[in-house]
Amino acid sequence: MIKKAMREAYGLKLVELGQKNQTIVVLDADLSGSTKTNLFQKQFPDRHFNMGIAECNMLLFASGMSIAGKTVFASSFAMFAAGRAWEIVRNTIAHDKLNVKIVATHAGISVGEDGGSHQANEDIAIMRAIPNMRVLCPADAYETGQIIEYASETEGPFYIRLTRDSSPVFLEERKTVFNPEKALVLEEGKEICIISTGLMTYTALMVQELLKSKNIFASVIHLSSIKPLDEKTLLQSVQKAKLVVVCEEHSIIGGLGSAVAECLSEKSPKKITRIGIPDVFGQSGKSDELFDYYGININKIVEKIEKIF
Amino acid sequence: MDRNGLEKQCLEVRRLIVKSVYEAGSGHPGGSLSGVELLTTLFENFLKFDPKNPKSDSRDYFILSKGHCAPLLYSIMAFKGYFPVEELKTLRKLGSRLQGHPDALKLPGIEVSTGSLGQGFGVAAGIALSLKIDKKVNKVYALLGDGELQEGTVWETAMAASHFKLDNFCAVIDSNKFQIDGSVETVMGVEPIKQKFESFGWECVQINGHDLKQVDEAYQAFLSHKSGKPFLIVADTLKGKGVSFMENTEKFHGKAPSPEEFEKAMIELGEKAL
Ligand SMILES: Cc1ncc(C[n+]2csc(CCOP(=O)(O)OP(=O)(O)O)c2C)c(N)n1
Ligand SMILES: [Mg+2]
Repeated sequence: MIKKAMREAYGLKLVELGQKNQTIVVLDADLSGSTKTNLFQKQFPDRHFNMGIAECNMLLFASGMSIAGKTVFASSFAMFAAGRAWEIVRNTIAHDKLNVKIVATHAGISVGEDGGSHQANEDIAIMRAIPNMRVLCPADAYETGQIIEYASETEGPFYIRLTRDSSPVFLEERKTVFNPEKALVLEEGKEICIISTGLMTYTALMVQELLKSKNIFASVIHLSSIKPLDEKTLLQSVQKAKLVVVCEEHSIIGGLGSAVAECLSEKSPKKITRIGIPDVFGQSGKSDELFDYYGININKIVEKIEKIF
Repeated sequence: MDRNGLEKQCLEVRRLIVKSVYEAGSGHPGGSLSGVELLTTLFENFLKFDPKNPKSDSRDYFILSKGHCAPLLYSIMAFKGYFPVEELKTLRKLGSRLQGHPDALKLPGIEVSTGSLGQGFGVAAGIALSLKIDKKVNKVYALLGDGELQEGTVWETAMAASHFKLDNFCAVIDSNKFQIDGSVETVMGVEPIKQKFESFGWECVQINGHDLKQVDEAYQAFLSHKSGKPFLIVADTLKGKGVSFMENTEKFHGKAPSPEEFEKAMIELGEKAL
């Protein structure tokens, strides 16, 4: 299976969209080589603005430019785009429904060696809590392209969460089509319903296979749109399940696990297990070591499921 | 330590920076190498601290606001006895006290965790204010990058430090002219740094940050100044100083050398590779 980084797909898609849509401008905060907005900058130097190490100001400029008619993409690492600038995102961008697409890369612990100060494990939680904000978390580079295109065509604020590492491009062969109102049912199986987002969806599929070899049958639902949440598919999918497992590369507080728990506990109570980063700060280490350490790789998840199922 | 000793020590620190980043396979050599004279001089001849008692009441405070230059700070801390030099090999590895960015809860001697640019500067000013209202004589030092000056809170801190007359506070700008995406001037110009801070009410000197005599005099000037203002040292430096192919470029801002590059760097720094 080919591997590609979501941020690579983001940069390439921006270049493609920039050709068609002259209103698109792109802002970055001294990380354009990492977020890959530098690809857009090479093609359209007049529509790319490096704001320097000033994430708050970047999002204020983004707001202003959107009010003056631009479709604005603004990028930095998730820690700084979501974290540092949160109140600006809330009071200006989201409140006024401005046409600003915050595309944050390097989310989660897969950032690796940079350590806890750079591992945004809370960004979904804080973005999801803001009214008017759409929170999208693609599973791979293929879906990233679709989501970026969708955001460019849809008026209003977006928070799109991407990761650093190359990861398997597995949705391409399934020819999936992104639709914020339609979660992707990737596998069907009665006993367990695995719900996942971001790069954890690939892991969820591997978990499903491993469980199958042990005669435990699970469905896998990919929710790239954490907000709005496709409650209909969610409720249908969990109907027969004895256990719901939610997987995300994010704190177990406030992310997809919480969103699913909120929905199900009100509408169809189920036993839920949240697989994610426990309530701690991250640390330096290799990405795969950290996934193991925090118990969110294939083997650790299967182990946990077997224990409680 | 005399100038001769400092010179040798700076070379040692450079070797450790390159070695530890190479061992880690990632990290930030460029901005670490540019700050070597500034920080080595501070730790050897000015900063008051006790590695055996890092929370001592009589200590001066140092904060690495540009936290990504942890390899610079760790190398000096190792020499000063905070931990064995051997431990530098664990940089950025799972379970290490030497996190990619300094972690105050993991490593004794780190006053506050940094890594998010701009924050350490404000924290340092807060420490200075607290010392001041307690009428203490301890000094506070912070090291910042020139790109870091683009963060808005830096200027909020600059304003407040002068408002509160924090003359016990010395900020050092490692003005190496580069950040991640290129030269500071092309990304988002910050010059004239000295005049900006002066207009914010700071006492400023501008020096060559690799000239040990000038560095020494700058810290002396801070300790003897009577202006009642916070003190700024703008140090003109070379990013990557000491390793020819890392100098004056953004390419080694956040990248470890390859095995061939490592070999070359160590030869340039006067030591054959391991
Ligand atoms: C708030 C924040 N935004 C972005 C980053 C990512 N980042 C790390 S280093 C760096 C460039 C720093 O340049 P400079 O301050 O000039 O440091 P130096 O040249 O001394 O390495 C950036 C943008 C960060 N660490 N913190
Ligand atoms: Mg710099």
